[in-house]
Amino acid sequence: MTAPLLDVQDLRKEFAVRAGRFGFGRAMLAAVDGVSFTVSRGETLSLVGESGCGKSTVGRAILRLIAPTAGEIRLDGQRIDDLPEHRLRPLRRRIQVVFQDPFSSLNPRLTVGDILAEPLRNFGLVHGRAARAERLGQLADAVGVAREALGRRPHEFSGGQRQRIGIARALATEPELIVCDEAVSALDVSVKAQIINLLADLQDRLGLALLFISHDLAVVEHLTHRVAVMYLGRIVETGPRRALFAAPHHPYTRALLSSVPVPDPTATRRRIVLGGDVPSPLAPPPGCRFHTRCPFAVERCRVETPALRPVGEGHVSACHFDTEPAPG
Amino acid sequence: MSARLPDEVGAPPVEALPELLSPPRRRGAVGGFIHRHPGIAAGGALVAVMVAIAVLAPVLGTVDPTALAPARRLRPPSALYWFGTDMLGRDVYSRVIYGARVSLVVGFAVSVLASLLGTAIGLASGFLRWLDAVLMRVMDGLMSIPSILLAIALMALTRGSVRNVVIAITIAEVPRVARLVRGVVLGLRELPYVEAAVAAGTRSPMIILRHILPNTLAPLSVQATYICASAMITEAILSFIGAGTPPIIPSWGNIMAEGRALWQVKPYLVFFPAAFLSVTVLAVNLLGDGLRDALDPRLARKL
Repeated sequence: MTAPLLDVQDLRKEFAVRAGRFGFGRAMLAAVDGVSFTVSRGETLSLVGESGCGKSTVGRAILRLIAPTAGEIRLDGQRIDDLPEHRLRPLRRRIQVVFQDPFSSLNPRLTVGDILAEPLRNFGLVHGRAARAERLGQLADAVGVAREALGRRPHEFSGGQRQRIGIARALATEPELIVCDEAVSALDVSVKAQIINLLADLQDRLGLALLFISHDLAVVEHLTHRVAVMYLGRIVETGPRRALFAAPHHPYTRALLSSVPVPDPTATRRRIVLGGDVPSPLAPPPGCRFHTRCPFAVERCRVETPALRPVGEGHVSACHFDTEPAPG
Repeated sequence: MSARLPDEVGAPPVEALPELLSPPRRRGAVGGFIHRHPGIAAGGALVAVMVAIAVLAPVLGTVDPTALAPARRLRPPSALYWFGTDMLGRDVYSRVIYGARVSLVVGFAVSVLASLLGTAIGLASGFLRWLDAVLMRVMDGLMSIPSILLAIALMALTRGSVRNVVIAITIAEVPRVARLVRGVVLGLRELPYVEAAVAAGTRSPMIILRHILPNTLAPLSVQATYICASAMITEAILSFIGAGTPPIIPSWGNIMAEGRALWQVKPYLVFFPAAFLSVTVLAVNLLGDGLRDALDPRLARKL
């Protein structure tokens, strides 16, 4: 069996934060605490969870925008988490990113053509003016932006168009993996659907792998192959889309799923409303991190950390109990 | 029966609303600019006048500003001696006009040098995190000394000359620019488009040139005008207390210093250079405020 395109093992990222009454103390905050997953070629893996659960930190660590504290990140079997910047740079071509905010993800002072040409120039991908213009035109076509747009600046475009431009920039280097960090969260519902379709279409045509980071399960359901659910810096459940949506195992996943609105007013369902807030990652609860809000928590959950164990075909969950899947 | 809508048949015709709004006034390009940016227009015009005065000093009806004429000491302002003569018989009008050169040269030179140096230090501090703590503590140290005292101390170490005045004031002003640029750089580094450029393989020098520096220009140009104004005042203070421009070169500060002893009986000796200094500093500050408002109203909080 060949190595997966992206293999993340026990990824850990700590941030130093000020603590104590006067801010003189230092405390380590583990935003990501031992996360492992793989992404195969042409596959979409969605990383979902609440705000602050560390999902964006995982994305930024894979892009090496931040250095991981511990763990391994392999691209095609090669470790990239400990490479110095000059050795990493050629590999950056293979992993690109699309950010959430279409307004701050494009430099307002550059034209769209300049923005798209930057990665081409960095990797010497085209030579000569004519070839460059042709490639820029192809990129504009690929994301459905008029070629005339290349001479204009970002402020002349709507949020959806800007997001298309951001995707074109990510495509410019012909990457194998694109990290979509909440890439559609800031868009209107109709535009959101267009961008999701565009991403799915590009994946079909170009064989892209996507790491789709989102808090929105309804969006994820439409374009993902597999889902990984994160809670407080850890993955609590990973599974194929159908299995996970039809039969979520972990109580947290079930609570998340029950919060997705269903476009059918006659549907009756049991809504699981979680009490309380996410505990501070500065002092994560012992045992199962979810026990403070879990409706099924017992004494064992407070002391023993549950390991991820298989609950189905390619489906793992970090819960001590074999509870029946909740009725959908 | 429900009330009729106005456009239904039989409804009374709706009267046209009276025209309450006056038609928008059309302005030409220049008039429109003055209307939108009065501060830039007024400040810019006054600064331009001062620059013209400094450049054209020899042809503005001046005589040698250092020529002594003991016989004509302390003449009051008249048609012949517009601003009068000082205690050595020198023509105050000529001295004040030539004095504009020193003030403007010092103001512009300090704002350019302090901006360049401060930007370099700010960029280094914002990008090389290991250097940041050291650089910023040095800047804090410099800032903890009032800039006028720092300039006096530095002038005490050297000979009085315009060049040394520029260097001394520049050193005192650099920390302000460095802090400003560092703050802007730290903010910009976190922006998604900068991170996307890093992910797209752009090298650090290119990131700075393309994505960081252009976005620091707006706050920097505003800060530069304030530095220019403050440098002109500092130069005048240094010259006034005898620690700045040597007495042989007329500058507004040392003209005032020389007139100080006779200020109660011959106030014009102090009044004219002081008025020129005030107007110039006001003009530069107006320009700075105008630029700040035009470039970004939110900037006011950062400065």
